Amino acid sequence: MSSLSRDDVAKLAGLARIEMSDQELVDLANEFTVILDAVARVQEVAGADVEATSHPLPLRNIFRPDVVVPSLTPEEALSGAPAQEEQRFRVPQILGEE
Amino acid sequence: MTLSYDEVVAKYEPVLGLEVHVELNTNSKMFCGCSTIFGAEPNTQTCPVCLALPGALPVVNEKAIESTIKIGLALNCSIAPFSRFARKNYFYPDMPKNFQISQYDEPICVDGYVDVEIETDEGPKKFRIEVERVHMEEDTGKSLHVGGATGRIHGAEYSLLDYNRAGIPLVEIVTKIVPGTGKYAPEVAKAYVAELRDILRSLGVSDVKMEQGSLRCDANVSLRLIGAEKLGTRSETKNVNSLRSVERAIRGEMIRHAELLNAGGRVVQETRHFQEDTGLTRSGRSKEQAEDYRYFPEPDLVPVAPDAAWIETLRAALPERPSIRRKRLQEAWAVPDKEMAAMINADVLDIVEATVLLGADPTKSRTWWLGEISRIANDKDVALADLAITPADVAEIVALVNAGELTDKLARQVVEGVIAGEGKPSEVVAKRGIKVVNDDGALMAAIEKVCAEQAETADKVRNGHLPAAGALIGAVMKETKGQADAAKVRALLLTHLGQSEG
Amino acid sequence: MIRNNAADMAAKLVAGEITSVALTQAHLDRIEAVDTDVHAFLHIDTEGALAQAAAVDAKRAKGEKLSPLAGVPLALKDVMAQKGIPTTCGSKILEGWRPPYDSTVVANLKKNDIVILGKTNMDEFAMGSSTENSAYGPTHNPWDLTRIPGGSGGGSSAALAAFEAPLAIGTDTGGSIRQPAAVTGTVGVKPTYGGVSRYGLVAFSSSLDQAGPCARTVLDAALLHEAIAGHDPKDATSINAPVPQVVAAAKSGDVRGMKIGVVKELNGDGYQAGVRARFEESLELLAKAGAEIVEVSAPNFEYALAAYYLIAPSECSSNLARFDAMRYGLRVGDVDGASAESVMNLTREVGFGKEVKRRIILGTYALSSGYYDAYYGSAQKVRTLITQDFTRAFEKADVLVSPTCPTTAFKIGEKANDPLAMYLNDIATIPVNMAGIGGMSLPSGLADEDGLPVGFQIMSPVMKDERMYLVGAALEAALLSKWGAPLLDKAPVMGGGR
Repeated sequence: MSSLSRDDVAKLAGLARIEMSDQELVDLANEFTVILDAVARVQEVAGADVEATSHPLPLRNIFRPDVVVPSLTPEEALSGAPAQEEQRFRVPQILGEE
Repeated sequence: MTLSYDEVVAKYEPVLGLEVHVELNTNSKMFCGCSTIFGAEPNTQTCPVCLALPGALPVVNEKAIESTIKIGLALNCSIAPFSRFARKNYFYPDMPKNFQISQYDEPICVDGYVDVEIETDEGPKKFRIEVERVHMEEDTGKSLHVGGATGRIHGAEYSLLDYNRAGIPLVEIVTKIVPGTGKYAPEVAKAYVAELRDILRSLGVSDVKMEQGSLRCDANVSLRLIGAEKLGTRSETKNVNSLRSVERAIRGEMIRHAELLNAGGRVVQETRHFQEDTGLTRSGRSKEQAEDYRYFPEPDLVPVAPDAAWIETLRAALPERPSIRRKRLQEAWAVPDKEMAAMINADVLDIVEATVLLGADPTKSRTWWLGEISRIANDKDVALADLAITPADVAEIVALVNAGELTDKLARQVVEGVIAGEGKPSEVVAKRGIKVVNDDGALMAAIEKVCAEQAETADKVRNGHLPAAGALIGAVMKETKGQADAAKVRALLLTHLGQSEG
Repeated sequence: MIRNNAADMAAKLVAGEITSVALTQAHLDRIEAVDTDVHAFLHIDTEGALAQAAAVDAKRAKGEKLSPLAGVPLALKDVMAQKGIPTTCGSKILEGWRPPYDSTVVANLKKNDIVILGKTNMDEFAMGSSTENSAYGPTHNPWDLTRIPGGSGGGSSAALAAFEAPLAIGTDTGGSIRQPAAVTGTVGVKPTYGGVSRYGLVAFSSSLDQAGPCARTVLDAALLHEAIAGHDPKDATSINAPVPQVVAAAKSGDVRGMKIGVVKELNGDGYQAGVRARFEESLELLAKAGAEIVEVSAPNFEYALAAYYLIAPSECSSNLARFDAMRYGLRVGDVDGASAESVMNLTREVGFGKEVKRRIILGTYALSSGYYDAYYGSAQKVRTLITQDFTRAFEKADVLVSPTCPTTAFKIGEKANDPLAMYLNDIATIPVNMAGIGGMSLPSGLADEDGLPVGFQIMSPVMKDERMYLVGAALEAALLSKWGAPLLDKAPVMGGGR
């Protein structure tokens, strides 16, 4: 029986960049125990000899020519921006390393 | 405890790994039709796709695939009959989707190599650097950090994002680990990046300007005791912006690792940033807890299965390998090693070759480009390629000198004129009225005039005192406004004065 | 006039009996009369719709040749980008966002001069089977306002059932067009994957999502299908082949000699009695119309739900990463000293609803290092097995059929706290998305025990969508004969009835 602890969920929430409350983490951990059990069934038939599908259709080599197409205007590009300055998207200080 | 480099290599052997990112010079971005022109106003080359607006979808740039295959072939790789794009998931404001479309376990090119040659104490030595993979991905946007002291990310109050660069095609070339370089690790690494750069340039797939960021190098270094089998912990150094920095960064890291190990410490697996001014590296992101990128096949793109015939066409059209070309040209032009190195260092090989192909003598071509024209470029503080003079111009000038219509001195005036924008050499000659006075009659008239004016000196020459001819020749040159061929003047003068130079 | 079919409305427009402006206004009036109760719409574009309608009338007056549905109004699921019009995907995180571009589906609608009335309600980011996960409140089933209209496209199906629009666009990832159609007594089609462009369809699960036509009749759906389908160079997963001849098929309805495969595994104890009764009746009607009913088995279908609830959350955990408060959408917590990271984390916590967060976390887990093979990797293998099941089944039959979903419309709030019970609504529809084939739901009647609509699902092989419409039209005609009037005539009259 697969289960996740509150801390496991907290790690996932960190990876997913969602600031969850303690209660949410606990609730999710409980729900997952049931859900994971249900979805783990896929392992029953997923043998080594079965190939994985990542596309429903057998398409290959879909390309576009290297031709420039008109871009959005900067006004359009920035139209949804929560904050902007000097025609750029303004974001709060970034802590992580680039 | 500061160690010397010699002390380091006496005890430890380095193992290298090099990751080079190349920005392709396609007209449009990797997954959308936005222009890739450098230096445009912020956010003027963006669209729903490269901005990652809800609902947008990527479509692969065919030219980027072609360029990547060419790179793989030039690096002796196998081209995968089937390859896929994958999502590399992590959050960062300069990466609009918060995942990068890259390639994971099915890259487009695998298992190649690059041979380099460096100078060692025992003479020239060859090294083969094995290439593990070449794959495609997309570049990120550019952030401007505002409010901090140095414009760097630390201490900045906020950041401004420009997504013009987001989505530009990037090719990543990853080597297998490179052991066995010993104390020459820095030189080997530098030679590898230089050779890579030359190969990429010869393919015409990128500007490969390290200073501009179209060629980026990350250097991985680890040390182990000489003779040991187990690999040491490695560090990754980013921000290596020039060939010289590659060398310095690796040397610096080797010393840093050795000092740590000698003191009984542990090398931390981390990303470090190279600092141009000090030649040292600064600690960056810790890679102890490697980020989980949760790679999975990109569902919005279908696999790439390049047609075998197409690959062979590309292979057949590959240009000559730069190192082979250099050897061939050196032989054909009979250029001594030192001069050859000078040409390569000054990056004039292509331009000299172009001039030679138009019929000019190799030595003369080299002399003009490396000499006079380079001097002018330096004075004006511009690149050679940015001057208005072309190989065709130089070839024409050399031909004019050969035909006796210009002297070297006059030719220099023509070069100046062409660079100043006065037109092609023949136009400059006409406009400025540059003309070698070849007309024997005119020359004789000048010679006679000078001999009459300087009768005493003329007599000296008549009497066998040849050095005295110099003053007369000078006067004739002045008389002809410098447009006579000095050698011809000398010959005619001597004959006139009953002397000859055997 | 709002109770007509789209095809009849189109005919009247062509004949000059009504104008598009009048038709559009009639629907806007209807929306005003009933939508407070139904809540199908999140945004009504009164000005824009009337302007579009006027433009079409002007073109027609000039004698220009127009497309078959020109001037007919339509409701658009709020997951499709429409330039300048609020597109929320039922989420707070996109409240007020107006796309600077049109999705290809919208571009095609505009090219066909179809009038877009407004954006319809949906489960947040298409995750759900009841439209209760909308951040803007649920939509109510016109058959019984205390019940769900299905999901995720409940707004579109409710709008049709309430005669607020004769046509609608939905999207279907695990049944989000078909299941709402079933519980509201309307028609909904998920075309072959790749048949309709996904450019501008805000992605939930990229390898499963597909936009499709919703309407009250099979022919209407066919007409809309042909208007929106086709290859799109902006969508690398779209099929470069002619659109299947679905209108011709819908007009024909001749199923003589066709083999109709009943999928053994998509029936049985978990299915409500009334649902099964209507299903059996429909089979009999099709047999009478000349089709041969055969039984087929798809043993791997029992794993489809599990695989779906690994693949879809995995893809969505990645697709929804872009909602980070940096370039568009909600931004909270941007106070002095806050970092980009904290703003991102807080915005996503506040901006996403419970079900969305649940799936993002589940997907993050399924893709994470060490778990990929067991979860996401295994699920994609199950997908192969399901596709193989379908391939084998289609060797025995031209189309496959089943009840669309196990139950009729349940009460709002009834399953909201039981995610697994909610997921079971999709048990019959999910296999279709996994294999990328086509699926249609049309009304097969009302369940005896509760008088609520039941849906009949028809499944066709890849790029053979016309088969669904052929069989659907046949069944629809037979049922219409049997009932004497359209099923929706039996729905409660709302808003003073016009």
